[in-house]
Amino acid sequence: MLIELKDVSYLYSRDTVYEVRALDHVNLAVEEGRFIGVIGHTGSGKSTLIQHMNGLMKPTEGHVFFEGEDIWAEKYDLRKLRTSVGLVFQYPENQLFETDVLTDVMFGPKNKGLSETEARERAVSALKDVGVGEKHFKTSPFELSGGQKRRVAIAGVLAMDPKVLILDEPTAGLDPRGRDEILGRIQRLREERGITVILVSHSMEDVAEYADRLIVVNNGKIPYDGSPREVFSRYEELEGMGLAAPEITYVMHELRRRGFPVDVTADTVAEAKESILKELKGGRKRA
Amino acid sequence: MLKDITLGQYYPSDSILHKLDPRVKFIGTLVFIIALFLVRGPVGYAFATAVLAALILLSRVPVKFMLKGMKAILLILIVTMLFNMLLTPGEPLFSFWILTVTKEGLVTAVRMALRLIYLVIGSSIMTLTTTPNQLTDGMEALFSPLKKLHVPVHEIAMMMSIALRFIPILMEETDKIMKAQIARGADFESGNFIRRIKNMIPLLVPLFVSAFRRANDLAMAMEARCYHGGEGRTQMKPLIYAGRDRTAYFLIVLFLAGAVVLGILGL
Ligand SMILES: Nc1ncnc2c1ncn2[C@@H]1O[C@H](COP(=O)(O)OP(=O)(O)OP(=O)(O)O)[C@@H](O)[C@H]1O
Ligand SMILES: [Mg+2]
Repeated sequence: MLIELKDVSYLYSRDTVYEVRALDHVNLAVEEGRFIGVIGHTGSGKSTLIQHMNGLMKPTEGHVFFEGEDIWAEKYDLRKLRTSVGLVFQYPENQLFETDVLTDVMFGPKNKGLSETEARERAVSALKDVGVGEKHFKTSPFELSGGQKRRVAIAGVLAMDPKVLILDEPTAGLDPRGRDEILGRIQRLREERGITVILVSHSMEDVAEYADRLIVVNNGKIPYDGSPREVFSRYEELEGMGLAAPEITYVMHELRRRGFPVDVTADTVAEAKESILKELKGGRKRA
Repeated sequence: MLKDITLGQYYPSDSILHKLDPRVKFIGTLVFIIALFLVRGPVGYAFATAVLAALILLSRVPVKFMLKGMKAILLILIVTMLFNMLLTPGEPLFSFWILTVTKEGLVTAVRMALRLIYLVIGSSIMTLTTTPNQLTDGMEALFSPLKKLHVPVHEIAMMMSIALRFIPILMEETDKIMKAQIARGADFESGNFIRRIKNMIPLLVPLFVSAFRRANDLAMAMEARCYHGGEGRTQMKPLIYAGRDRTAYFLIVLFLAGAVVLGILGL
């Protein structure tokens, strides 16, 4: 098992009037090579959860394991863990600080102990991976547009060549094209390098399209954990948690209700299209 | 830690002390501190202790929160007590190695310690029962006579409340940026002094950038709503004294009188 959380609880502002139980006895295992989607309404505990996975937050109760080792054990090398588990925060563009884009992306690899030239190579390839052209390498990160900054920030984490890439709402505030491009590139990276991806998102469409496992967070607990199809089949319960299924799932349910026996578990437009076409062709044959 | 600073150390409750006008609480605290320096003898301290106990009960804030401020002054407390005990000349009580504790020293030490502790608890009662915003409003009202002397009271109060409002935001921002850089392998803990300062750059640059951006946004938002300083500006919730505030002032005067009498008598 790559990452394992055992009975993890986290309390903010512990022992004060403002105490919040952000995680409540969470158990979770992350297998290698997966693309995991994490959904949950605002304040449900998603960001808190993922920050436990690379040792940025220490559980109030419970244990976190990476490749079988307890990361809060006495002599555990947390810095090494953090280069293996790359975490891209919500609005990561706020972390840019160097005088130019390339140097900023080199920050991570250099902290990992790589030489100047190696770090530069990594940075160049990471920037290419997220689609930042060479003409921007020497510009100040503060002169870029929001979407470009976001890409540079993601490259800054990718350049460390992590085994696990955790992204906290990487597409918030981006236009649809930018969103598809970033997620598409991450998907490709996962296929090429076999990295494990954990994606926190408020877009049901995005997680349905890319994730092969979906984790639902609600009030610091994980009520559902399964394939997107399984999870979205409980769309009525999801709605009770302030979530929903992808739009297309509702269309399919409505079609079924009106007498078309389509596959209601289809959660991406492509799947739905296939199911509807099949139904139409089959239906014609039957008629 | 974040929320601690957000609200000062405000402890929400609806006790009579919470409802009092911030001006009363401010003056009351001031009087209490003055009284602490007026009284000298055991009777005086017993009087102050009784008043403090009554206030703690009235505030309905758990004593645990009152004592939190104690941690911060523990070191000062120990050092003052030690120095007073050892360095005050007078009748020797007992000696130890080259150090001698005098009777006078012991008395002064205990008096100083009590003063410090009561001072901290007394002002804690004010900050625990008053939000920072109420406090700045109260101060603005109290100091407004200074406007005649061209002291920019309103501007200072506005700056204070904006600063108070921004501290938690910047703290949160610092926390976020720090975590993001740690996730990129930054190291804020090890190394010598120069190294550490250099390691702060990845934190400070984004922090300043965001602070300036926020300040800019705020200025713009204030101007968009026609803010133009204190002239002719009214408050949504102006401070108005209620009956309980007058009672409180009366009690404060009584307390001060009592402290003055006890102080003069040296009891
Ligand atoms: N620094 C903090 N201090 C106190 N409470 C906090 C802090 N950060 C988060 N919380 C609380 O912990 C809970 C979980 O917060 P978290 O940030 O994990 O939510 P989230 O699922 O990431 O939400 P979002 O979708 O808005 O990013 C919330 O109730 C929040 O109010
Ligand atoms: Mg979040």
